Amino acid sequence: MLKERKADFSSMVEPDRVRKEVYTDQQIFELEMERIHETVWIYCGHESQVPKAGDYATVQIGRQPMILVRGNNGKVNVLYNRCPHRGNMLCGDRKGNTGEFFRCSYHAWTFHHDGKLKNIPMKAAYEGTRYGKDNPDCNVKKAARVQNYRGFVFASLAEDGPTLKEFLGKSIVAFDDMCDRAPAGEVEVVPNCFRVIQHSNWKLFLENQLDALHPSVVHQSTGRAAHEVEKILARKAKGGAAPLSYHMLSAFATVTIDKWDDFQTINYPYGHCILTGYMGLRPQDPDTLAYDKVMIKAYGRKRFEKIVGVNIHHVLVYPGLSVQSPLQQLRAVRPLGVDRTLTEIWHFRLKGAPEAIYRRSLAYYNLVNSPATLINADDLENFWKCHQGLASDGGDWVSLGRHHGRDIEKDGTVSSGPRMGTSEAPMRNQMKAWAKYMQP
Amino acid sequence: MKDHYEVEQFLYKQSEFLDTKQWQKWIDLFTPDGVYWMPPDASYKTWEGQPAIFAEDQNLMTVRMLRVLHPDAWSQRPLWETNHLVSNVSIVKTNKNGDLEVKSRFHMMELRRDDVRHFAGSYFHKLKKTKKGYAIQLQRVDMTNAQAAYDYVLQVWV
Repeated sequence: MLKERKADFSSMVEPDRVRKEVYTDQQIFELEMERIHETVWIYCGHESQVPKAGDYATVQIGRQPMILVRGNNGKVNVLYNRCPHRGNMLCGDRKGNTGEFFRCSYHAWTFHHDGKLKNIPMKAAYEGTRYGKDNPDCNVKKAARVQNYRGFVFASLAEDGPTLKEFLGKSIVAFDDMCDRAPAGEVEVVPNCFRVIQHSNWKLFLENQLDALHPSVVHQSTGRAAHEVEKILARKAKGGAAPLSYHMLSAFATVTIDKWDDFQTINYPYGHCILTGYMGLRPQDPDTLAYDKVMIKAYGRKRFEKIVGVNIHHVLVYPGLSVQSPLQQLRAVRPLGVDRTLTEIWHFRLKGAPEAIYRRSLAYYNLVNSPATLINADDLENFWKCHQGLASDGGDWVSLGRHHGRDIEKDGTVSSGPRMGTSEAPMRNQMKAWAKYMQP
Repeated sequence: MKDHYEVEQFLYKQSEFLDTKQWQKWIDLFTPDGVYWMPPDASYKTWEGQPAIFAEDQNLMTVRMLRVLHPDAWSQRPLWETNHLVSNVSIVKTNKNGDLEVKSRFHMMELRRDDVRHFAGSYFHKLKKTKKGYAIQLQRVDMTNAQAAYDYVLQVWV
């Protein structure tokens, strides 16, 4: 039955609801990997992760194990983590330095950083065969396309398709907003990756990112707890304020459920989406003022106002990247299976910004995004429960009908209506894009 | 020998408070400037200014405690228990005023719903000698699996 239905994915996605199999069916998952993750532009890493020649990091694109590696010529390459000889993975670690070249741990074939065959031990054994430097099949296969935008490296495993810039469209603001907030105009990765596994389909994570109805339901406990302590600290500070990190947590309670409608989601082609800002991260404390000064010096007042005036909480780059540009956080979503998903969580330093501004981003990274997170813990619990429920026979459809019919569409961009920030427009937009990707 | 005995008893007490969910009593073991720190990697030298799985003073500990106690801490609603074992205790430094630096090893088994997880690693304690016994200035927790992916997350202190 499912096989027949799969021939027509559009029948699985209606404007305001989705079939549950979209989240739970193994065959659909395999097709998603093929038609979405192994086709579109996927974030591989930041170039500052691999500063020196030979530095590498391994990364998963869909089901494909890949290597991000800096070449001797300074260029960052993305290769399949597979020796063309007998198929061994070339890198077994998550990161490292491979030296002047890759050397396979099985039969010592060696390869340049761009994947080209360098040498085969006792190569006379291959005389008169089809194997050798003249045969491109003896090189490590490269990702079909690799592009770097302001230090963020993406790869596509498909030869054809939109350019990275065309694909990102307006969601490119994720990287512009992050980099522009650095007085030097660029960011540098902090070399630590928190990795957390969730027991659910990858799409549940993406849908949750811009779900403005959930925070005050799901994160109430942490918001309340932080607000209690924040009040005590503010009293102790006698007119001063508690550290901003408490506000980052208490906002989940102080921004009450009805207030979430004041924000807006803006949805783009290919499934990308923006949630406008809510945290009020422009206080007038000495740290912020010192930062403003450095920024004005770097950019001039007019440009500075424009940069810090960008009002974004969160950008979702479909199908696997969630960027909180004002706090320099980035989460990459790597599907491991139909019901298992890995998130890799990074944060960045704004080059040229005072240390105190970095500490702000660090506080968020530790409190919200670490493996001891006070926030995502309850999301992960819901993702698991959601997947369990979806896998049941208790219903066939997932409803995405909140404020359906009231979205504002203009030139392919769909915004949630006025005072409808909790609209399920982002999920509808993601599923619309999904059906388009999936239809061959 | 007396110090050693007292330190062992102290370490057992702190893990007993955790396993019996006596959060406030556990927090009260720390000095007012005390810090609970779990680095993401053994190479880290300080909790300040760099990523940490936990880096909490008593105020942040209180946030964590109040959150866990809140009825809508969804992830903490299902059955959830821990069991710590602490061993290999050695005093690595004794100051003139009686303050100590202590190393030990732990193994924590955690039950969450029907699943068991294991965490193991080492503790490094900076203990201050007070009239009421030892107080924790620093509890550093290096988990053997700190760098591995977390299957779900940690919700209370290890």
